[in-house]
Amino acid sequence: MSRKWVISAATAAAALFIGLGAVQAADKKLVVGFSQIGSESGWRAAETKTAKAEADKRGIDLKISDAQQKQENQIKAVRSFVAQGVDAIFIAPVVATGWDSVLKEAKEAKIPVVLLDRQIETKDQSLYMTAVTSDTVHEGRVAGEWLAKQTGGKCAVVELQGTVGSSPAINRKKGFDEIVAKNPGMKIVRTQSGDFTRAKGKEVMESFIKAENGGKGICAVYAHNDDMAVGAIQAIKEAGLKPGKDILVVSIDGVPDIFKAMAEGEANATVELTPNMAGPAYDALIAFKKDGKAPPKWIQTESALFTPDTAKAEYERRKDAY
Amino acid sequence: MTLSAPGPARNLPQYGALIAVLLANWLLFPDFFAIRLQDGRLFGSLIDVLNRGAPVALLAVGMTMVIATRGVDLSVGAVMAISGAIAATMTGAGWSLPAVLAASLAAGLLCGLWNGVLVAVLRIQPIIATLILMVAGRGIAQLVTEGQIVTFTSPALAFIGSGSFLTVPMPVVLTIVVLAVTALLVRATALGLMIEAVGVNRLSSAGAGVNTPVVLVAVYVWCGLCAAVAGLIVTADIRGADANNAGLWLELDAILAVVVGGTSLLGGRFGLVLSVVGALIIQAMNTGILLSGFKPEFNLIVKAGVLLVVLLLQSPTLTLFLPRPKGARPIGTVKPPVAPTSGGAKP
Repeated sequence: MSRKWVISAATAAAALFIGLGAVQAADKKLVVGFSQIGSESGWRAAETKTAKAEADKRGIDLKISDAQQKQENQIKAVRSFVAQGVDAIFIAPVVATGWDSVLKEAKEAKIPVVLLDRQIETKDQSLYMTAVTSDTVHEGRVAGEWLAKQTGGKCAVVELQGTVGSSPAINRKKGFDEIVAKNPGMKIVRTQSGDFTRAKGKEVMESFIKAENGGKGICAVYAHNDDMAVGAIQAIKEAGLKPGKDILVVSIDGVPDIFKAMAEGEANATVELTPNMAGPAYDALIAFKKDGKAPPKWIQTESALFTPDTAKAEYERRKDAY
Repeated sequence: MTLSAPGPARNLPQYGALIAVLLANWLLFPDFFAIRLQDGRLFGSLIDVLNRGAPVALLAVGMTMVIATRGVDLSVGAVMAISGAIAATMTGAGWSLPAVLAASLAAGLLCGLWNGVLVAVLRIQPIIATLILMVAGRGIAQLVTEGQIVTFTSPALAFIGSGSFLTVPMPVVLTIVVLAVTALLVRATALGLMIEAVGVNRLSSAGAGVNTPVVLVAVYVWCGLCAAVAGLIVTADIRGADANNAGLWLELDAILAVVVGGTSLLGGRFGLVLSVVGALIIQAMNTGILLSGFKPEFNLIVKAGVLLVVLLLQSPTLTLFLPRPKGARPIGTVKPPVAPTSGGAKP
């Protein structure tokens, strides 16, 4: 009983503060607590920035808690959001398991939870309202389809895989392989792990070029992320070949540097993993608050393909977000 | 001149292993030894081995000195990240190359000084003392780059990674220079002897008049400098500082290179050139795996298997069982998993 009282008091207090902040706002401003993993990569930082920008656009009050890669910090953050009585909690879960008990607390407090960019493993699907993630298998498919179309279904591909055993590496390979299987003229002649890094991407590409007759046997390189593609581009250049022409370059993620490379004609396509995970989540939340209609359990973000013709503008648009 | 101790026969496992790995690469990939000129720079798989092996070889040179004093430096990978982060960030801010190089090397020197003082003056065990910087260093590098991959376009700095001197790639040139300078410092002066003395027994060498704190600080500083040069190379190579990944786990490769090179972790005796050979063995395997077309899942297993064989060859217990024909036998020495067992099983 007393616990409920505390929560409602906290809600009242929060509402009072918001009320003081925006006197003329007629209806109550939505408050969302966002437990972010940390800022380990440029993409992650962009996700946080975009979440803030999208919240401002919709007049949502966003509270961000940085977990510094630790689940215990995320659990603490969720508990504190429950205590503050926010209207919704967003979590970008650092690991897949161990969320059940804290999510139960949020459920008891009737606070909807939205997972961003990663799924969790739980038996009780009712613990969260929806998950907004990209489909990494689909990303591989989009990259493969572009390459098949571009080369008329005839291409000897070398593949730079992500870290062995990581789920994006497994799925991006799977999606691409599906397209290769559909096109008898397409073949993956070499595949190795470049650990998602520039340095390893470059080293592996150097070996591929030597192993495939000085690069003459390679029609395209498919990298599981843009950073490895950037490394591969340098290896191709140092071998005296033209990246983007002698060897096509297609990769996934859509970080600013690959748009720069595309604008310079050295890369051919990238499939964006959008950092805007929060936007669709806000929309689902607003719809839910308005008429109580629960969104589907999985909201798939768009895996858009970008090519050199828009690269320059896209680079300008992105370079500050990352 | 041999830079390692007693007798040329001791070096056989290292050179034999290197030759065997290179030959295995050649069998897997017939063009392995093919070298041509590309844009005035040597180009070929063998050059890749030297070029990609350069950072670990540099780390191994510094690490050999440290290990010879019965220490270890776990922070070299993080120091690489710091030096690279400083180089890329300063270049991006418009500093000139000499200033950039001076700042990066100074950072390496400071890191080495920090380790050296912890070990020599405060007498903290080396593995713990350097663990501090191993953990904190990457954080420092991330602070410098603000968590992003800082890229630059300066051709002057990029030259260190992908330029060449008399057709030899710059990383290889730098490694040879650092190796030569180090060898000169320790073998043309009494410094090498003092390092070995400290490694054998710190107390008695102090009693014999060796200024042990100075010797210890000096080896950690030198190790930091070597790491800073390695950091410059990897940053210049990809034209960007990746604080999260630059030099990640390379401290382990460096220690491995030193051990494969036959220097004992118990300190005392060391072989500089052999440590570099150790680094080349590791890189020759990496390059071979990439050329072979094995699935990436096998990389680590293949690497571990070959290393096990090289280390078994140096095992004092197992070498007793090896047949000892006279004369050089580089090939015979490297087919050992069979040799020791059959030798041992003889009734």
